[in-house]
Amino acid sequence: MSVRSEDPHAVVDRLFRQEQGRAVATLIRVLGDFDLAEEAVQDAFITALETWPTRGVPDNPGAWITTTARNRAIDRLRRRRVLAEKAELLGRQALIEEELAAIDPDAALDGADSMSPIVDDRLRLIFTCCHPALAMDARVALTLRTLGGLSTPEIARAFLVPEATLAQRLVRAKRKIRDAGIPYRVPDAHALPERLDGVLRVLYLVLNEGYGASTGDRLIRRELSAEAIRLARVLGSLMPDEPEVLGLLALMVLHDARRETRTGPRGELVLLEDQDRSQWDRARIDEGQSLLERAMRMRRVGPYQLQAAIASLHDEAPTSDATDWAQIAALYRILCEIQPSPVVELNRAVAVAMADGPAAGLVLVDRIAAGGQLDDYPYLHSTRADLLRRLGRRAEAADAYRAALELTANEPERAFLAGRLTRIGAN
Amino acid sequence: MRYLLLIYGQETEEAPPDDVAAASHAAYATFTADIKARGLFQAGEALTPTSTATTVRVVDGETIATDGPFAETKEALGGFYLIEARDLDEAIETAAKIPAAQEGSIEVRPIWELPTDYAMAASGEASAGG
Repeated sequence: MSVRSEDPHAVVDRLFRQEQGRAVATLIRVLGDFDLAEEAVQDAFITALETWPTRGVPDNPGAWITTTARNRAIDRLRRRRVLAEKAELLGRQALIEEELAAIDPDAALDGADSMSPIVDDRLRLIFTCCHPALAMDARVALTLRTLGGLSTPEIARAFLVPEATLAQRLVRAKRKIRDAGIPYRVPDAHALPERLDGVLRVLYLVLNEGYGASTGDRLIRRELSAEAIRLARVLGSLMPDEPEVLGLLALMVLHDARRETRTGPRGELVLLEDQDRSQWDRARIDEGQSLLERAMRMRRVGPYQLQAAIASLHDEAPTSDATDWAQIAALYRILCEIQPSPVVELNRAVAVAMADGPAAGLVLVDRIAAGGQLDDYPYLHSTRADLLRRLGRRAEAADAYRAALELTANEPERAFLAGRLTRIGAN
Repeated sequence: MRYLLLIYGQETEEAPPDDVAAASHAAYATFTADIKARGLFQAGEALTPTSTATTVRVVDGETIATDGPFAETKEALGGFYLIEARDLDEAIETAAKIPAAQEGSIEVRPIWELPTDYAMAASGEASAGG
């Protein structure tokens, strides 16, 4: 099957998600300049949009993008060179041009498995983007923007900040990388473990963005989740003895196994309990479970392994009712101990409600609500609403559904909540 | 890149006991020798307490000198190292080895490397004006 038969615009669109991070990462390594690299890669995609519809899509579109971006970078550098007067600048630029010419687009496009971690430019880039000298929100935004290929408006929506604020955040982060000398390399062995934590957190957020997509009409951002998984795989091959890397990868894969059933034919949200479990990807579940087993054998438990264990229990249950909810509640309790968070408490409350009934769950949810930290968190209100509904307290449930609706921007989720609200009123 | 490592710590009213002072001197001697051996060291000095500081500004052409540091803070600037490091990672790693990092804080500030002719143009202007 040839890509030539595809609509060129669709190919460019898909390719942008898949390849722009790779191309940008390679160019940043050589240029040491985020903006120049991004501009060159953008140029390449614009050229693709202009030429592919008439001349056809090349056989290896990814390599074509990297090659074209490289040539655009050389063009831009030469234009600057005319302006450059310093001999030292000229010398540096000549060196950069030589290195640019030496980029092998095919090598840059190999899969992660065949690639030594040392030469994966995206791995270098992720340690730069997740550097502790950058604020956490800047790290996440930069990783999504440069590696995930998300647009600034999309990231702004994910963070619930104005676009201008996010754009400014990106500019400042790139400026600090350049001016403070934040390196573009994988940290030395002794610094690697402590730097890893921040990287895992960013990847986890990318995955969540992939599922909880802020764009509203499309619940699942397949490319983004695939990107998070790919980066986690690369990390896993770099650090095969780090159980939390494997734990995170297992978690991602175990969630991804349910991807097809998370939305209905019109893009509407389908709850875990209503999903067609026969459609879950058995091969992915097997892969996730064996990854988790490998991680658990190292006997250093952590938050990602615990979450993967919870996902694994869901994946192997034949029905929602037959799920081992008591075990899941117990795992959440351990998770709360090592990583205290009201969101984790909320998840635990849901599991307790399933194991011991809605009244038991509601006690925990009301305690979390009294804490006040989750006032603006829609899932607190929708969870409360659901428990109240199951207890037959319809007026209170309706209030809670309305509170959740007010805080939810995601279209499928809004439709789901509105549907529940109508049904309560109709009863 | 060059980085200025600014050493901030609590100031004490009284001089520390001799053995504490000796241990501190030894720790700094070891650190300084280490970064010299690694080729990172460019300069480094200890500062006298902020009680000896004077802050100067010019208001409407008048020089106003006031007693004390620019800002009264809990942790005061007590010394600095100027180092040449490969990148921020090496600068952070070096800063973490400064003895004061255990109790105080080290601020890592990259040196803004201005073009040499910028500095020359500035001095030329000054002499032309004077």
